[in-house]
Amino acid sequence: MAKKTASDKTEKNVNIETVEIIGAGDDALVEISRSRLLSLNLLEMRKIAAHYKKKGRNPTDAELECLAQTWSEHCKHKVFNGIIDYSENGKKELIDNLFKLTIRNATETIRKKRGEKDWCVSVFEDNAGVVEFDDDWHFAFKVETHNHPSALDPYGGANTGIGGVIRDPLGTGLGATPIFNNNIFCFAPPDLPHDKVPKGILHPKRIFKGVVAGVRDYGNRMGIPTINGSLHFDMRYLGNPLVYCGTGGLIPVGKMEKQARNGDLIVAVGGKTGRDGIHGATFSSLELDHESETTSSGAVQIGNPIVEKKAMDVILQARKLDLYDCITDCGAGGFSSAVGEMGKDTGAELQLDKAPLKYGGLAPWEILLSEAQERMVLSVPPKNLAKFMKLCERENVEAVVIGKFTDTKRFVVKYEGRMVADLEMSFLHAGVPRYPRPAVWNTPKHSEPKAPAPANLTARLEKVLSSYNVASKEWVARQYDHEVQGASALKPFVGADNDGPSDAAVIAPVLGSPRAIVVSNGIAIRYGDIDPYWMAASAIDEAIRNAVAVGADIDRIAILDNFCWGNPDKPDRLGDLVRASRACFDVAVTYGTPFISGKDSFYNEFAVEGDTIAIPSTLLISAAGIIPDARKVVSMDFKSAGNPVYALGVTYDELGGSQYYQTLGHIGNNVPKLNAREAKKMYKALGSAIKKGLVRACHDASDGGLAVALAECAFAGALGARIDARLLPRDKKVKTDESLLFSESNSRFIVEVEAGKEEEFAARFKGLPCAKIGEVTDKKRLVVTGLKGKPVVDADIRKLKAAWQSPLAW
Amino acid sequence: MKDVKVIVLRTAGTNCDKETVFAFELAGAKADLVHINEISRGEKKLDRYQILAIPGGFSYGDDISAGKVLAVEMMNKISAQVDKFVADGKLLIGICNGFQVLVKTGLLPGFGAGEAGSGAAKQSVTLFDNDSGKFDCRWVHLNPVEGNVCIFTQGIETPIYLPIAHGEGKLIFDNEKTRDKLRAAKQGVFKYSDAAGKPGPYPVNPNGSEDDLAGICNATGRVFGLMPHPERHVLSTQHPRWTRGEASERGDGFAIFRNAVAFASMEL
Repeated sequence: MAKKTASDKTEKNVNIETVEIIGAGDDALVEISRSRLLSLNLLEMRKIAAHYKKKGRNPTDAELECLAQTWSEHCKHKVFNGIIDYSENGKKELIDNLFKLTIRNATETIRKKRGEKDWCVSVFEDNAGVVEFDDDWHFAFKVETHNHPSALDPYGGANTGIGGVIRDPLGTGLGATPIFNNNIFCFAPPDLPHDKVPKGILHPKRIFKGVVAGVRDYGNRMGIPTINGSLHFDMRYLGNPLVYCGTGGLIPVGKMEKQARNGDLIVAVGGKTGRDGIHGATFSSLELDHESETTSSGAVQIGNPIVEKKAMDVILQARKLDLYDCITDCGAGGFSSAVGEMGKDTGAELQLDKAPLKYGGLAPWEILLSEAQERMVLSVPPKNLAKFMKLCERENVEAVVIGKFTDTKRFVVKYEGRMVADLEMSFLHAGVPRYPRPAVWNTPKHSEPKAPAPANLTARLEKVLSSYNVASKEWVARQYDHEVQGASALKPFVGADNDGPSDAAVIAPVLGSPRAIVVSNGIAIRYGDIDPYWMAASAIDEAIRNAVAVGADIDRIAILDNFCWGNPDKPDRLGDLVRASRACFDVAVTYGTPFISGKDSFYNEFAVEGDTIAIPSTLLISAAGIIPDARKVVSMDFKSAGNPVYALGVTYDELGGSQYYQTLGHIGNNVPKLNAREAKKMYKALGSAIKKGLVRACHDASDGGLAVALAECAFAGALGARIDARLLPRDKKVKTDESLLFSESNSRFIVEVEAGKEEEFAARFKGLPCAKIGEVTDKKRLVVTGLKGKPVVDADIRKLKAAWQSPLAW
Repeated sequence: MKDVKVIVLRTAGTNCDKETVFAFELAGAKADLVHINEISRGEKKLDRYQILAIPGGFSYGDDISAGKVLAVEMMNKISAQVDKFVADGKLLIGICNGFQVLVKTGLLPGFGAGEAGSGAAKQSVTLFDNDSGKFDCRWVHLNPVEGNVCIFTQGIETPIYLPIAHGEGKLIFDNEKTRDKLRAAKQGVFKYSDAAGKPGPYPVNPNGSEDDLAGICNATGRVFGLMPHPERHVLSTQHPRWTRGEASERGDGFAIFRNAVAFASMEL
């Protein structure tokens, strides 16, 4: 145990501790890190000890906490930026900075290739990625995760997850006005028997409902529409649910430059500081176990959306009046991170006793590190202070000067005049040591179903439609206000009864202007069990084809990556990351769709009975496309009987990882692959056909393959369809109806074409896989003729819809 | 036509303010977004305006109950100005959270107004938790009540289509007398219905409101509140089925703003 050598008490009973690390041996260093929840490893602790030895003094508790937070995986992305000793099927190589080589490299390559036509404004720098929108506005987009907190406290964790990500665009440039939220959740199946839930884990249905309520109550109160999302279910999310929350915003052109200046005042705006959210940044680097609720509940923040809404309202007014030089949000690491980051190039002096507190009794290091919500930090020139304070006072927003920016290149923290921390910015931000981590990936082998499929696949289609992954998520979406701000131009649910699943949402955020943003997402969890490379490729393709399906132009789509992984200290988890990242580079560059922002969350494992439940390696891709005219987009529901139905894209024998196989209890091996070069040609052609008004409905084929896509188009439009599956463009290896109808091959669409426009439509797809496969009927039946010339699906669309709606119609 | 000035009142937790401003400006008015503190401190005056709009949102987080805190603030901090505004026969509309505020001030249905020497008397109607027990964002049809006295909805004779987004929208009366009085005075304005104007259970009536009421006005028809959001349906692309060719150039909600601005321009 580390000995506490000095304990400096004042009348107010405020402790500033010094931690003995100079003379400490390895065991003691490890114990200090463990007992203080620092999540620093021995190498990092040694580096800190050596640094302080040179200085000739021990660190204060606050300094150690500040270093642990700044160097945390959450803030520093040490794994992704680190050195990886990689072995793939026995072939070895050393990878120095995977992130730089793949994700960042993809964006740089794309930007260079586009030259003058580059539309990225700020990527990987600020709190959100920024691209051009129109002459007056740029568009900022960020997606975050709040997984660990949501496991312990689903409502509070998700609440502050959405609250936190809203502050990201708000803290980008000089502040973006939030215009939409998106949410993607991964849970264990909600019908899991209670006796299958290990100790210390909340039942998945409780987590599900709590998370939805948390997002609902925060997002709705902020007046930001939640327009896009998805839900995914897998047993391995039992201990670690995934909660992705994203926010997009608009920032005026010319308000991107931010720089805190020497002499500027540090102003804390919004919420007060409390003991909630201590150690959030370092907590996210711990595996959870049955004691986490006891040891780490204090890491979960407590949200209050109205405090955030008020702060946002005044900040956006102050933005207009140019009252501040720089802004950032208090997220992970609280003041320590926000002020430390803003003052990185200058220096900062913070007076912690000035910070407004929720209640007394916080130690200075707790004030410094608290991740209490709803706080923004602004750098205000002294000449603007009075005006800024008046603005805040008028709207009942608390704003307090808590220090100033300096030119010392040091981060100095004081409490009632006494030194709490004095750190060199250089050591704080660049001192973290790098070391190689082992990573392995070997091609796995999975079982395939042996029994032949029945001649009629109708019952199997119903089963796939009512699997949790495919089933309607309307119960969730209707609890979110997706109409507020009045910008909605294509809603999450569309069709004759407003209940068909839209591929993407469209908003025209500048009221009165038709210019719009298409928002979609892609995720392909099960494919990762076969090959994370094709999982990542498929996730990108799904996000992009969802956007293209409603009318986005692939040349104006930006994407975001959010990696949620297991413990990266385990070589197989890290091997998955290498495979997935490489696909990200390959596909993004071919499509010309830059990554503009992203995030990674590791250590999503739950220790139970000597083993851990690790989540499947999960990559979420969010996509945003800019289109000139919202009035040109199409929805996925069939519109008129008599219109021809086309299929675009080749179906391969790719049932591996499919929803169909999952309902049969298998994974399989033929994972969907991607020919991005060919797909891009088709996406361009489809974009031009939609723009020209030839397309009445368009829907991508994803989970559940073409059978599910056709069923959805039909029941969403309250119309039937007669389809001949023999006409589908297919690879010669496709020999069965189940493979033809349920394979999840990438880059495919079902398209309803305006009658009489067939030739004009088909002409755009010369040399590409495109075939007329049937027509829309007014019979309310979906009839699909199989390879043997007999109907393999023949069902009432109302019955198919009921199968799809019932599982989550709570 | 005379210029029409609209004040859109905001406070902590207000949203829907910008689209409400947009809808009024689309109808030809000039609209200002004003914080309630600006009025209570005398920086802005209500009597400079002909129309007052209280937009949707979650004023003060809807703590205590939806709209309650703002209602108390209006009745205490700026009651003289509000009373005069109503007494002058100017137009006041409350949408969603704004409607919740108006019933909690007693301004709607306004029974007892003047009786106690005040423009607004006691609360006789409230908006309670939806029967579904949850927040609900969906589109509803609203059948205009025949012969209703509301200024804002004159000329609307067939069902209109608007979105709702609320958790506390179930309209209930304090007693039968209030219900009868409201009926007799033709102060019920819109009833939830199907597309053909027929009443029905959830989701036709999305919250369980008594008499299927979605919106009511005061006796003069100049103070109006409704749970659905007319400002979210003024453009064709806001219609959920515009891709099916079901929308017209102006959304159904536009008539409410157009009527208000036209009336104010002629009469106020």
